[in-house]
Amino acid sequence: MKTLFDKIWEAHVVSTVQDGPTQLYIDRMYCHEVTSPQAFDGLRNRGLKVFRPSQITCIPDHNIPTINQEAPIADPISKKQVDTLERNTKEFGLTHYHMGHEKNGIIHVVGPENGLSLPGMTMVCGDSHTSTHGALGAVAFGIGTSEVEMVLATQCVFQSRPKTMRLNFHGRLKAGVTSKDLALYVIAKMTTGGATGYFVEYAGEAIRAMSMEERLTVCNLSIEMGARGGMIAPDEVTFDYIKGREFAPKGAEWDAAVEKWKALKSDEGATFDKEIDFDATDIEPMVTYGTNPGMGMGINESIPTLESIDEAGRISFAKSLEYMGFNAGEKMLGKSIDYVFLGSCTNGRIEDFRQFTEYVKGKKKADHVIAWLVPGSWAVDKQIKAEGLDKILTEAGFELRQPGCSACLAMNDDKVPAGKYAVSTSNRNFEGRQGPGARTILAGPLVAAAAAVNGCITDPRA
Amino acid sequence: MGELEGANMEKFITLTSTVVPLPIENVDTDQIIPARFLKATSKDGFGDNLFRDWRYDKNDQPIASFVLNNPTYNGEILVAGKNFGSGSSREHAAWAIAGYGFKVVVSSFFADIFKNNAMNNFVLPVVVSEEFLAEIFDGVNANPAITLTINLEEQIITNNSNGKSESFQINPYKKECFVKGLDDIDYLISKKDMIERYEIARV
Ligand code: SF4
Repeated sequence: MKTLFDKIWEAHVVSTVQDGPTQLYIDRMYCHEVTSPQAFDGLRNRGLKVFRPSQITCIPDHNIPTINQEAPIADPISKKQVDTLERNTKEFGLTHYHMGHEKNGIIHVVGPENGLSLPGMTMVCGDSHTSTHGALGAVAFGIGTSEVEMVLATQCVFQSRPKTMRLNFHGRLKAGVTSKDLALYVIAKMTTGGATGYFVEYAGEAIRAMSMEERLTVCNLSIEMGARGGMIAPDEVTFDYIKGREFAPKGAEWDAAVEKWKALKSDEGATFDKEIDFDATDIEPMVTYGTNPGMGMGINESIPTLESIDEAGRISFAKSLEYMGFNAGEKMLGKSIDYVFLGSCTNGRIEDFRQFTEYVKGKKKADHVIAWLVPGSWAVDKQIKAEGLDKILTEAGFELRQPGCSACLAMNDDKVPAGKYAVSTSNRNFEGRQGPGARTILAGPLVAAAAAVNGCITDPRA
Repeated sequence: MGELEGANMEKFITLTSTVVPLPIENVDTDQIIPARFLKATSKDGFGDNLFRDWRYDKNDQPIASFVLNNPTYNGEILVAGKNFGSGSSREHAAWAIAGYGFKVVVSSFFADIFKNNAMNNFVLPVVVSEEFLAEIFDGVNANPAITLTINLEEQIITNNSNGKSESFQINPYKKECFVKGLDDIDYLISKKDMIERYEIARV
């Protein structure tokens, strides 16, 4: 009796070093411009070629400007990094979806939407949110640049085998509660290090009831509780999502693939190193109040008091609230905000734009709020326009930007100024994440929409 | 083990050093090296921007209260609060720590990817108990000159201010890499025929 994780992992073991790590075969690697240049240099220094070029897809996303992509990147250092990726892909013969390419966008959005990420695969990228792709029923995890070099050179990485954890969600999410809220709820319960050393499988009624895009959001955030990765057993929802996508198997190959994929689930009675149950009906729309994603709470609750925090954590807790300009014990509801960011590999997909648009339809953006709506890819942008969401957004006072990571980590020009509050659908509220001194409140697309319209933290169900 | 010697990897067996204390929990990689410094295309120079936004103010002036700016504290061992290195997979965090001159980071808990990245750059993450960690912080508070000794061969860390020791874990393969200065890539490359056999077998 095996877990889903065991099945995929074991099928990819090339060798195991005695008393050491596993040499794991990687089906697909994604590379972006920030964490790959030193890996390509390493290859050159060793006089090596890329071992399996067809299994590697390169997409610049972190530095990409979200306006005027038609022109060269203005920031010379960003430009150099993006150009370096292009040069490396040419030199080593790799697929490259350059800025402006119809398949350009955030890697974790582009991979699934093109059928590059499939059930049963092992996938890596020099990016911690590679966990996203696990939603398709795969083992996907982030690696460092030395490991990117290993995969370029040998299509393998060394990994110690993680422990397994299953999180079961009983019941369904209530109306107005999104998969992002579920993820923020779990991270708050688990804390940011609570799943370190584990690979997490999400299961239960609430997960089964989710669309593929909602599942991608949940798995995306696995890393924020320290997990090596997150995964969901593939089912009809998964197969329907993949079918017909460009790089998905076709015809007889498709039928054979689906047959194989159906076996990708944890066997009845398989044991996990840890198993935790949650009641999905307990979950409310969430916001974060601090400077790590574990510092989240239901939108109607109050920030914890200092006394409720255990002693070793009080210095960090106080430092965090000081940075945010919040007081222990107070409510978040009604707090004025300055920026709203809809986008990132967490919430930059079409369903996120549909939810946001649904809320703002017929309403107006608050005057003082600056809103950045950034599709996760050009394909998402195209779909937004095909559905006419852009017109509704324009009428409500919003404008759409061009795809990229954008304000998620502010490597381009989309920086939140020091001291300003941003309600952000991204994944990290670390100090300075959205620009030096920026104050990030993480939330789902509905809470972001309500904040954009009301200019303050508002329960979207109110 | 691989027969090839790693290129410019510094070997590491025992180390005795004063410490730099950072008693903050959940230090994430965005603090270790902020995203705006990730635009370099080489591994050099990251040490200058280690903990940039805690270390320098808006006008690039050193913030006196931050420990790296306090001449009382120095050494090759960084001692940090629980859950060090959470967040992004950026190896730039490990390059920054190594570039600054740290050879060891001691904490009661590390994030997974950071731990791998650190080891791949010959920075040793040493996990100690909460109690042992608290005693280091107390010790260095009372006397900044206290030292720790890390004996990698024996897998023992000693707090020389109170003589207490703890053993720490490292997998035997990684330990050999550290001791011999070997790197994973050389080892994997030596296994290429095995990889090709695996590919053929799975089709
Ligand atoms: S959107 Fe944000 S979290 Fe996702 S890959 Fe880009 S920078 Fe990383």
